[in-house]
Amino acid sequence: MAGVLASVVNLDKPGHYIHWWVIQLSVANLVVIALMVFVFLLALVVPFPKPHDREPADGERS
Amino acid sequence: MTDSPSEAPMTGGSRGSWSAALRRRAVAEMPPEKLLPDRQPAYVASWIYVFGVLTLAALVVVVASGSVLALKGPQWWHDSALGHYVNSMHLWSVELFFFFMVIHLWGQFFMAAWRGRRALTWMTGAIAFLASIGTAFTGYVIQSNFDSQWIATQAKDGMNSVGIGAFWNVLDFGQMLLWHVLLLPVAVGAIVVLHLVMVRRRGVVAPIGVDANGNLIDARHAMDAS
Repeated sequence: MAGVLASVVNLDKPGHYIHWWVIQLSVANLVVIALMVFVFLLALVVPFPKPHDREPADGERS
Repeated sequence: MTDSPSEAPMTGGSRGSWSAALRRRAVAEMPPEKLLPDRQPAYVASWIYVFGVLTLAALVVVVASGSVLALKGPQWWHDSALGHYVNSMHLWSVELFFFFMVIHLWGQFFMAAWRGRRALTWMTGAIAFLASIGTAFTGYVIQSNFDSQWIATQAKDGMNSVGIGAFWNVLDFGQMLLWHVLLLPVAVGAIVVLHLVMVRRRGVVAPIGVDANGNLIDARHAMDAS
């Protein structure tokens, strides 16, 4: 299993970095940040499943 | 004669004792139905409200896996297959902890979650975030490998350059280990508990433009709504 993963991502070499002004960011960290933004946007637009098993209480909307 | 404490003669009055006064104050400030509610407003039916509890779930795994690592020690997590597994579980649960916490932070920031007397809720969340960064950092410098040596020397230079390097020594493995497994986890745990109590006490903040009952309100007064 470890061999399969190692063949997909070769970590035995220097990492890639992005330079912009005084900011230096690894590509790995940039990917994680992009993933967080993507999941954040998904959380805003993906509809939440509605409950089926109980009546709405006072102040609740269906 | 009776063995039951409830039937034994009692002294003192509940009204005047400090314990009764503290109990009344605690129940008034944090009634059980608020601490452990069985219903939530309809507006929490959104994925953006899920990331707080996801962060908490990840923290439980972080603490559990970290406790196993503390019990077994560095030799075990470096050399055994099960040690590698638990060590990786600790690392990846921390990654998820921060992943979920950052999305939770963004959601609450853009929702202005400090509205409605929730300033202390917001501040405890921010302090928990900062304390978590310190806990993660000390974890990275006690890996006891080349990576941790590199991180520690770079961090030492950084801390010296801003004038705080004299207060602690990130190259001192023992000091960093104790910060990581005792002082900072206790701090994070206490702040998170306080954060949760504040969330329960004030309730989950409504989206901007919606009142506490889920009704749409005038956008001009949205920031004042609780």
